[in-house]
Amino acid sequence: MPEINKDLVKYVAGLARLAFDETELEDFTNKFKNILNYVEKLGELNVEDVSPTYHPMPVNYAMREDIVKKSLDVERALLNAPDRKDDFFRVPKVVD
Amino acid sequence: MELKDLSLSKISELLDKKETTSREITEVFLKKIEEMDKKTNAFITVCYERAVDMADTADKRRAKGERGRFLGVPIAVKDNICTEDIKTTCASKILHNFIPPYSATVVEKLLQKGAVILGKTNMDEFAMGSSNETSYFGPVRNPWDLERIPGGSSGGSAVSVAGLESPASLGSDTGGSIRQPASLCGVVGLKPTYGRVSRFGLIAFGSSLDQIGPLTRNVRDCALLLEEIAGYDEKDSTSLPVEVPQYSSLLTGNIKGLKLGVPKEYFIEGMEEGVTKRIKEAIEVFKSLGAEIVDISLPHTDYGIAVYYLIATAEASSNLARFDGVKYGYRAEGLKDLKEMYIKTKKEGFGEEVKRRIMLGTFSLASGYYDAYYNRASKVRTLIKRDFEKAFEKVDAIICPTSPTTAFKLGEKTGDPIKMYLSDVFTINVNLAGVPAISIPCGFDEKNLPVGIQIIGDYLKEADIMNIAHAYEKAVSGFRFSPFI
Repeated sequence: MPEINKDLVKYVAGLARLAFDETELEDFTNKFKNILNYVEKLGELNVEDVSPTYHPMPVNYAMREDIVKKSLDVERALLNAPDRKDDFFRVPKVVD
Repeated sequence: MELKDLSLSKISELLDKKETTSREITEVFLKKIEEMDKKTNAFITVCYERAVDMADTADKRRAKGERGRFLGVPIAVKDNICTEDIKTTCASKILHNFIPPYSATVVEKLLQKGAVILGKTNMDEFAMGSSNETSYFGPVRNPWDLERIPGGSSGGSAVSVAGLESPASLGSDTGGSIRQPASLCGVVGLKPTYGRVSRFGLIAFGSSLDQIGPLTRNVRDCALLLEEIAGYDEKDSTSLPVEVPQYSSLLTGNIKGLKLGVPKEYFIEGMEEGVTKRIKEAIEVFKSLGAEIVDISLPHTDYGIAVYYLIATAEASSNLARFDGVKYGYRAEGLKDLKEMYIKTKKEGFGEEVKRRIMLGTFSLASGYYDAYYNRASKVRTLIKRDFEKAFEKVDAIICPTSPTTAFKLGEKTGDPIKMYLSDVFTINVNLAGVPAISIPCGFDEKNLPVGIQIIGDYLKEADIMNIAHAYEKAVSGFRFSPFI
């Protein structure tokens, strides 16, 4: 098991685009450590020759004809926009 | 007209005989919600006006001679299932104001049949929890004892049925979220085979685990609701192109000669005595009905929770990335750039348990940890799946407790995630394997709290497990599904 410390938690938080205050970080690191300790038990099993299951049922019928169908109209799609301008979602500055 | 008598089948019978109207029935339930929900908090949104409008429309259709099992019949829907023009929050701040521009396929199907939506039920935030305490809109309380949790994450859906606030409801089940609250609230709850019911419009948590299913007062209602919502959907490429049986016509109640497996791993230390007693009695009932009880083993049972909390969180961390404040839901204020918008929005919008799971999932998938965590878990998932496949070579169904305990007190497990996760020890492996399972009430413990028994079936054997459930229900002369009857 990797060493679970605040730096690792901060690193993972960065990947997830999350952030924690210093007190939260403390509590979080402890609970995170407990959970990872618990899942260590998977190491007891030999799974070298076992293939992984990503999906409970085989899916091989996901292809369909490429036919244009009606999609959501622009006004409906923008209904929940926190901010909009004309027919677009508006967000804070991306590049200077 | 008494609320306790208004099951799904009874309502459609009364409507067919013109002994009442959809409006009258709908108003009775809305009134009950208004009264009960102050105590239980089972609903996030109640459709007071819209439900009456829908009922009136159904009554007009009936007046013109139209008939249908769901025409004018009210139901409640979990708040992670999209309902067009009705707020759908996932019990999260980040979606507190989200109004879907479309309905989930299951909702669309019920609406076309003329069902009436009473409202949207409370749940753990993003369906992440086993006690319904993580909701942004406050915890749900169990009508059998208001100091206790109803189970989760479909706590509101289960409580709406047990509290007589609805005749039936839809929930979702990723690791036990229909069956565990059904068990703790004394109602019937079924998780279908993965792919049996379309997930389109269900706000995703763990995409390879999630299924929508019914919570009802009796097994027949469960069959009626499942046959309405099941089936292939071109909008969900993981839904199965397999015909849907008319489940309600297959409830013979005859289980003579069926082999029921009892897995030794499901009678663990830490299981409450009240639960063990009731399960043993239920096994005797199955014997008396002519079923053969077979001892079986599901040897990888004990690894289920660890596997689940790596896989479900990995899938969740990917699914929940879309809540970034751009297209819908909450957006933080006073932002200087895009990256800050993402971080602040998620920090302020998600609750603690959701953040914890996003973190665990991100870790499990992260470069350098992927093989040791996510991928190892996916391999152990194969072993768990094989356990079930081997068992079903020998038996027709598996019977075991739904939950190791009855309803616990609010706050009892909130500080300790592992303790909370262990509530799902008997339900989680079913999702990992993708098989169907139903929880039905089987009596009460010494605190007068409901105990549930789980019947697990092979892939697509919903008809069989419901028939086994129905046989038991008949043998015990029906369920006491509510403290108010």
